[in-house]
Amino acid sequence: MYRPSSDMLLLAILRCLALIAVAIVLLIVVFLLIESLPAVRSVGMLRFFGDASWHPAGGAEAGRFNLTPMLIGTVAAAAGAVLLAVPLGMGSALFCRFYAPRRIGGVYRRLVELLAGIPSVVYGFWGLMVLAPLIRQWQPPGQSLLAGILILTIMILPTVALLSESSLRSVPRSYLDGASALGLSRWSTIRGVALPAAWGGIFTAVLLATGRAIGETMAVLMVAGNVVQTPASIFEPVRTLTANIALELGYAMEHHRSALFVSGLVLMVMIVVIVSLASWINRGRVHV
Amino acid sequence: MTRSNLQITTPSDVSAGEVARAVTGASAEDAAKAEHLGVAASDRAPCCMDREPVVCTEHLTVQYGGQTAMRDVTMPIYRGCITGIVGPSGCGKSTFLNCLNRMTDMTEGCRVSGRVLIDGGDINHGTVNLLALRRRVGMIFQKPNPFPLSIRKNLTFPLKEHGVRSGSQRESLMTTALQQVGLWEEVKDRLDAPALGLSGGQQQRLCLARALVLEPDVVLLDEPCSALDPIASGVVEDLIDSLRGRYTVIIVTHNLAHARRLADDVAVFWLEEGAGTVIERGPAEQVFTAPRHPATAAYVEGRRG
Amino acid sequence: MSDVKSSQPAWMSNRHFDWPDRLATVLVWLVAISIVAIFVWIVGDLVRHGVPHLSVSFLFEAPRDAGRAGGVGPILVSTGLILGVCLAVSIPVGVGTAMLLAEFTRRGGGFGLLVRRSLDVLAGVPSIVFGLFGNALFVIYLGMGFSILAGGLTLACMVLPILIRSTEEGFRAVPDDYRRAAAALGLTRSAALWQILLPAATPGLIVGLVLGIGRALAETAALLFTSGYVDRMPESVLDSGRALSIHIYDLAMNVPGGDGNAYASALVLIVLLLAINGLTFWLADRWLGRRITPQ
Repeated sequence: MYRPSSDMLLLAILRCLALIAVAIVLLIVVFLLIESLPAVRSVGMLRFFGDASWHPAGGAEAGRFNLTPMLIGTVAAAAGAVLLAVPLGMGSALFCRFYAPRRIGGVYRRLVELLAGIPSVVYGFWGLMVLAPLIRQWQPPGQSLLAGILILTIMILPTVALLSESSLRSVPRSYLDGASALGLSRWSTIRGVALPAAWGGIFTAVLLATGRAIGETMAVLMVAGNVVQTPASIFEPVRTLTANIALELGYAMEHHRSALFVSGLVLMVMIVVIVSLASWINRGRVHV
Repeated sequence: MTRSNLQITTPSDVSAGEVARAVTGASAEDAAKAEHLGVAASDRAPCCMDREPVVCTEHLTVQYGGQTAMRDVTMPIYRGCITGIVGPSGCGKSTFLNCLNRMTDMTEGCRVSGRVLIDGGDINHGTVNLLALRRRVGMIFQKPNPFPLSIRKNLTFPLKEHGVRSGSQRESLMTTALQQVGLWEEVKDRLDAPALGLSGGQQQRLCLARALVLEPDVVLLDEPCSALDPIASGVVEDLIDSLRGRYTVIIVTHNLAHARRLADDVAVFWLEEGAGTVIERGPAEQVFTAPRHPATAAYVEGRRG
Repeated sequence: MSDVKSSQPAWMSNRHFDWPDRLATVLVWLVAISIVAIFVWIVGDLVRHGVPHLSVSFLFEAPRDAGRAGGVGPILVSTGLILGVCLAVSIPVGVGTAMLLAEFTRRGGGFGLLVRRSLDVLAGVPSIVFGLFGNALFVIYLGMGFSILAGGLTLACMVLPILIRSTEEGFRAVPDDYRRAAAALGLTRSAALWQILLPAATPGLIVGLVLGIGRALAETAALLFTSGYVDRMPESVLDSGRALSIHIYDLAMNVPGGDGNAYASALVLIVLLLAINGLTFWLADRWLGRRITPQ
């Protein structure tokens, strides 16, 4: 096949540029592994889940390396947020697509997009100044798992809402017209036709939102209290894996630093599982 | 007077509908213009009368992902003639056209076997410079597809890419090409306006100018009028008529009246055993008045297809 | 008229009350209203507490007393520099990759698939993990130290998937007609790409840029351990520089009595995001409007 030399050159350059993305992923994994290695080797994987507590500053022998409370914190906060955000986000998507008068729908969509664009540190700050004090008046100390869940909910809600809406939008008009022509009510049309047809896209939206909730750092760090403990109720403070890294990496040395990279690796594994699941569900479908 | 003496440049005061109707003898001026465009005067001499094949296909077969779309087409195409490719839709007419400038390369899973010879050289040979080939074999599509650039850039940008370095030369070639398609008077005051702002017919003429400015030998037209309204279609048709003698024109159409008016030669494509092939070809006169193949007879009389 | 009305058959009357339908309508409206309420609450709170601390000098002065007093001048400069480094690296890489994916790879082809999968993973990596990675690679391994350069490069890795995805969509939205026209004229693919496809794909690139800048400006966690905390005016990209988002975090968490300026900084950050958003789309409109007029 004939290719002019200028095209060959361009193609070679583009391939190199594209390889950078692949290289970054590999480098992330490689550096996480390299940095984790000292801790994994001298502390051992089991102790990250079996030690009595998290006191990693004492070195490989004397230190305590239990990541479980933080893992529980991460899972609890993310799960709570997803449970709240999914119905709210779906409601928002349905509102945009089926209930809102045309002009209100457009304005409302812009507003949700703006919500999606607010930086997490601003959400965290608002949570710290407004939400946590409110909860404190009701159930001290205020900075708690509940505050974390609520702030995460507000943060991932736009993701669920916008992605679900675009999924609902891709349901062919003819399906909906068909249902209307049968004399079905709006709700029956949504429940019987629109939601089943958009299901794959909505599920992907939920997975992506879950990933975002697990990976979020600043907002949770600022409102959840950051006490390393397995919470007995939603009013107790917790520390998530991400917050733990952000709090301790600045002064962590040797095995402590290495242990933080282990928790980064754990986060990475959770995300890869979620992304793979999403792309498996979405297989054959074009990107949203 | 032979058709080769048709004047090609459009007098600027003649309306587009009357493009190239003016017939004059070949003048010294014409010869000079031909020189200027880089076409040697001797190359221009041949017309449809010489019956010198310039494009030849031999047992040309095209498969898309294993499905045969066109089978065993062997056909000479004569220099300076307008060859009409007719037949019902989906019988390989456009596929045939796409083989002649290797646009088939752009379709994934497309396999071409057999040979396409232009001036005796096999265009599918590994050493062929594809860009030079496509410059020599211009193509106009069904839907006008000017670039989303200004009118001026639509013509000068391809020239620049094909190595015309001098800006003033590009400008003069552009002017000539626009005059040739009768667009000059309509756009000379807004050459920097977006080409997509032109009407459909104007866009199609711009596309023709864009192909002609590269001085091709062969011009492929894939149903160039079917996306246009009747008036614009008439203008473009007259324009194609004016190309006779100077370019070898191959036009796909399923408008029989169109082919009857324009073509010197006609090839009828038909679907046989699931793939398109040529069932009859020859001078237009003969194919339309005394068809040999029964399907052709039925088709030209409007009973089938 | 009354005759006609009285002859209405029973099934036609609207007395039937569809409970599930009504309930769903009420719930959906409630959800929408509460989301609007939360939005108004957050933005209103920021404006109410932020505006009193805002002034022109706030934008130019250096922070004093750990940020309780003074402004955000050097912090805005650092933020701009970090963003500049990030875009200078990510735009060429992103546009190049998007070109390759959209114009030179077949869907489902091996190399394209590898790149796409990598981008999917990259898009999901938590920002704190980018922070760990940036700290290990740029700050320590490559010896850049806590610096604007290290922060910008880390952010470039983060925004790459966003930029590539929407630029690729931009390329895919370009009609195939242009590619065929260019090929039929015997143009090289490079010429067609630079002169026709890239300009036509610019809307996608612009959207990607806005999203990418939004993500970069909003980012905090990835910068904590790459560009650092230093709130002095940076002298070069090798100096540590404090991004606006980190400034907000630091004032809120580590500086008692810093909330006033934290509110003001948060407001500045949001206005900055909105301004960049609006400006980019406005520029795109003007610039593209000249090239393409709708028929």
